[in-house]
Amino acid sequence: MFVYWRFDFGKGRMNAPLQRPPRKNPVLRTRQPTLPPSNRSRVALGLTAAAAEGRFELQQCGECHAVQYPPREACHVCLSEELPWTLQSGAASLLSETTLHHSNDLFFRERLPWRLGLAQLDCGPTVMVHLLDAVAAAPSRVKVDVRLDRAGQAVLIGSPETASPETESLDMHDDKIIQAMGCDPRFRKVLVTDGKTPVGQAMVRALIAAGADIVWVGHAEPWKKLPGFAELAALPQVTLVPLDLTNAKSVTELAGEIAGKVDIVVNNAELHRTFGIAARKGLDVARAEMDINYFGLLRLAQDFGPALKGRAADGANSAVAWVNLLSIYALSNYPPHGTFSASKAAALSLSQCLRAEMRPAGIRVINLFPGPIDDDWNQLMPPPKVTPAALAAAMVKALKDGVEDVYPGDVAAEWRARFRDSPKVLERELAAGGS
Amino acid sequence: MNAALKTNMKPADILSALAGALASQQIKVIDLTHTLTPEFPAIALPPEMGQCWPFRIEEVSRYDERGPAWYWNNFSCGEHTGTHFDAPIHWISGRDLPNNAVDTIPVQHFVAPAVVIDCSADSAVNPDHLLTIEAVLTWEAVHGRIPANAWVLMRTDWAHRAHDPEAFQNFDATGQHTPGPSAEVAKFLVEERSVLGFGSEAIGTDAGQGYHERPPYPCHYYMHGAGRYGLQCLNNLNLLPPTGAVLICPPLKIENGSGSPLRVLALVAS
Repeated sequence: MFVYWRFDFGKGRMNAPLQRPPRKNPVLRTRQPTLPPSNRSRVALGLTAAAAEGRFELQQCGECHAVQYPPREACHVCLSEELPWTLQSGAASLLSETTLHHSNDLFFRERLPWRLGLAQLDCGPTVMVHLLDAVAAAPSRVKVDVRLDRAGQAVLIGSPETASPETESLDMHDDKIIQAMGCDPRFRKVLVTDGKTPVGQAMVRALIAAGADIVWVGHAEPWKKLPGFAELAALPQVTLVPLDLTNAKSVTELAGEIAGKVDIVVNNAELHRTFGIAARKGLDVARAEMDINYFGLLRLAQDFGPALKGRAADGANSAVAWVNLLSIYALSNYPPHGTFSASKAAALSLSQCLRAEMRPAGIRVINLFPGPIDDDWNQLMPPPKVTPAALAAAMVKALKDGVEDVYPGDVAAEWRARFRDSPKVLERELAAGGS
Repeated sequence: MNAALKTNMKPADILSALAGALASQQIKVIDLTHTLTPEFPAIALPPEMGQCWPFRIEEVSRYDERGPAWYWNNFSCGEHTGTHFDAPIHWISGRDLPNNAVDTIPVQHFVAPAVVIDCSADSAVNPDHLLTIEAVLTWEAVHGRIPANAWVLMRTDWAHRAHDPEAFQNFDATGQHTPGPSAEVAKFLVEERSVLGFGSEAIGTDAGQGYHERPPYPCHYYMHGAGRYGLQCLNNLNLLPPTGAVLICPPLKIENGSGSPLRVLALVAS
């Protein structure tokens, strides 16, 4: 049986450089998505929770400091129940390895051969890892990291200990294990819903730089000329498409035209005004924010979601991800931007629904939670502010790494940490001005 | 009405004759309305200001599980969306006048004669073209004095751009460039000709650059300040004669409404 998975190049090394995939063969049935085993215990979801934000955390005993694996209810050394999740370096020794040539699991059966290893973490536990091709044969040193697999559950990866960011981008990202778990935009076709904003334009450029084949760029209200748009439109990878998320007809028509080809949806369209409750009479602004930030996402998801799910295993450049531009204010209301915060909180809630509905197909839903973006509507916010380029870079990294939640910039990272510590304390701090 | 009094016909006979002329198409009915679509451009103000909603429509059911035997939609829009009517209360100059909202305007005003001043040639050359007093006097020299209580419709053929929202709005970095009346002619039409209102094909009764005239938005200021009306985004003005058409243009009866989208019809002798 011939299956043209993007990763099955040759019989020798599994890790061939990613190459431009051939065009879809229209006489073959479009493959249906399969997922790796995804059942986890409640406590094991702690590994997934950290992995969703790109962190490798294991439980570490609060009393005897023993690191635990697999996740458990009581310390395997002293039986203490105090087992906080703790960041791990992942330094380890590869003890042994094997290459799977047969599996009854549908997901792995379609991706054989598959390299697995047994690694002992320097902090103690011995773990099973998906082993990248670039790792030297056992015994050797290995770096253990965590990733979300296609089912959205945390799994452990063994990568070369010496991997630098440069070699990572050259070798590791081409590894079929990484490709099977991430959402690399290379050779993929992307819809960015609003190309008129500085963030949208930075995202388009970052996606092109990351190797996207086609970027459809949405633009509403064509009579409004905004800076940078004409230059963006001139890029060879860019195709402009009329798209107004407040207009159901516009969304439906565009979905009819391109949804069957879109591999990644980046919903960056947003309306941001800077009012609380008392600072603005009436509901028009709050309604407009909801109409784009919340209902816009809903309209887009209803029309594009099914098409993406249908192509989640469509060969080499399948549909793979959905990115939402939310806001750190989605976690807790920033009263000076109160109605905007509320609309982003609504969008966050809806994105969780979208994630649940996309998960059976293995489509990753990625939420970006930036702090104040350096744009017109945050003109009066003091720095630090996230630049559109930094936000776009964080998005591309999130796609490659396959994480779910990203907090780009210093402000977002700090507020995320405070939110984790105590939502109530953060609420009071934001009410006092957010410093 | 004066014209009717000049005849020897009784009012009932006039109506009967009108019905007969409509049936025989001796009098034609011309639609001066653009179709309400989500794509039709909305008035654009600086983004920090309150905005008029564009026309939006979402399906309730279409012979399906949401309603098995019927099709219908919900729609939303601002009072000043698509082809629409401006009441005096729309402008600050008309805010305290009696009967200044769409629900209290005397309904007789919704059926009235119209004259059409053709500015299409000038507007084709200059999108900022302004109708002047001189041009009105020149028009009157040919077609006679503008009667009192008549609509003055400024034909620019701007409606021909309606399929292209960008060309219809015609923005550049200095704002919108669409034809309209000068400040002087707006005042003249109100004070010297007692017109019922002013109608245009572009998105406002004022020119795109009307904000920079004195006073800003002079047509709105003078017309509504004197209890007169506005019609904008009119279509098919090229099908009307310079004089002799009768407009039927009742806005929706919105409590204290400042305007409304409406169907504008013209009766024209064939």
